[in-house]
Amino acid sequence: MKEADVPQDGIPTYGGRRKLFYAVAEDGAYVAVQSSGWEAEAIATASALEEIERQRTEAWRRARSGATSPLEYYMHCRRMDLALLAKTTGFSRWRIRRHFRPAVHARLSDRILARYSEALGIDAATLRILVECP
Amino acid sequence: MSLAVPFRHRQAAHCESGVMAALVTHGGLPLSEPMAFGLAATLSFALIPFVRLSGLPLVAYRMPPGAIIRGVCKRLGMRMRRQTFRHAEQGMEALDRALGEGHVVGLQSSVFWLPYFPEDMRFHFNAHNLIVYGRDGGDYLVSDPVFEEAVRCDRASLMKARFAKGALAARGLMYYPERIPVELDHARAIPAAIRTNYRMMARSPLPFVGLRGIRLMGKRLVRLGRDPRRRDDYLPRFLGHIVRMQEEIGTGGAGFRFMYGAFLRESATLLDCAVLRNASEAMTEAGDTWRLFALRASKMCKGREPMDPPMLADIISRCADREGVAWDLLRRVEPRRRS
Repeated sequence: MKEADVPQDGIPTYGGRRKLFYAVAEDGAYVAVQSSGWEAEAIATASALEEIERQRTEAWRRARSGATSPLEYYMHCRRMDLALLAKTTGFSRWRIRRHFRPAVHARLSDRILARYSEALGIDAATLRILVECP
Repeated sequence: MSLAVPFRHRQAAHCESGVMAALVTHGGLPLSEPMAFGLAATLSFALIPFVRLSGLPLVAYRMPPGAIIRGVCKRLGMRMRRQTFRHAEQGMEALDRALGEGHVVGLQSSVFWLPYFPEDMRFHFNAHNLIVYGRDGGDYLVSDPVFEEAVRCDRASLMKARFAKGALAARGLMYYPERIPVELDHARAIPAAIRTNYRMMARSPLPFVGLRGIRLMGKRLVRLGRDPRRRDDYLPRFLGHIVRMQEEIGTGGAGFRFMYGAFLRESATLLDCAVLRNASEAMTEAGDTWRLFALRASKMCKGREPMDPPMLADIISRCADREGVAWDLLRRVEPRRRS
């Protein structure tokens, strides 16, 4: 990649920042060049983000209809999956899956919610209810 | 409390090589990021079908996290003080103590919990590396190599990031060099590092590692393209995943190929060696071919171009060819004895 070919596509996923790339200068030596992003990278990142977003809104919809508890929605809000939430809270997966049942979730003690609150960085009062829109 | 070690932030393409280059340079031995990357023999390729990340096989263009720290220490003959912690508070106290003693400290952390990362870059990746060089009130002064400027991070967030759980969990890992050598014998260290890297890339006994791994990935794409059940859903996701690993995850472009090319070029100048210069050019061409692959693959997974796996496999096979040329040249680089 020539120095002049380092992409400067200003991609949204960089949030206005620039990354460093190595490219070849006129005299054949390598130089470090700042880049505002490349379209190909933006597409790849965006499709990963879309997948996360899809899971999140899907969980919200199911929580709304009573098929799952708000907890599952908040898990996706933090871009976590069941395995990671289990590791972070120390609860077993099946126990978390049980907490995804609205009836069980409604009766969760403050102590258990506090552990979810700590793991997700969301306060316990919020974890009890579902936000109005995803 | 305010406390800062005089430290110059320098942006890098990759977090781990950036941290190592900065720590060694800070200790008095100037070391560029590509040189840290190359000396650690970090360039690699692996397609591991039985290790899966959210349902997709592991694709790596470099050695696993931690390899650059270990590799640089080995080639420079230096020792690193490394500590992990069972309790988060202990980890933070140890960090404060090390800063108080005047050390610039490397940390492994999660990306997700670092507040200074842009929203779109925050994923649960636990093997990010950064440097802390001071404190100012409740904030830590952070030199994160992938950022343009030094940043700040509050104590609670840093603690959460260091002690995030899950795959590759850092357990608060912190490290700083105990002693840094005053000079580096390039004529010995560089050929030795290239040799190690050559064995992995060109002489791997495993079919999914090195040049063979690259060709295997091409074959897999062709096979997925023929599979009616996986062609439409799985294949585009797999392609997006490959491109992300190659371009997004702090690689300096083209899955570290340009960074290694920069290392070879710098070595060619240091050792005045034409073979290294030619190998650097071949590696650059390999990088350009990888970029071509990323461009076409990303368009195909977006549906802007018709899906054509044999064509992608052909580009990938050209990547392997170009890298093969570089490694054939590098095979002849012999360590020189100190006279």
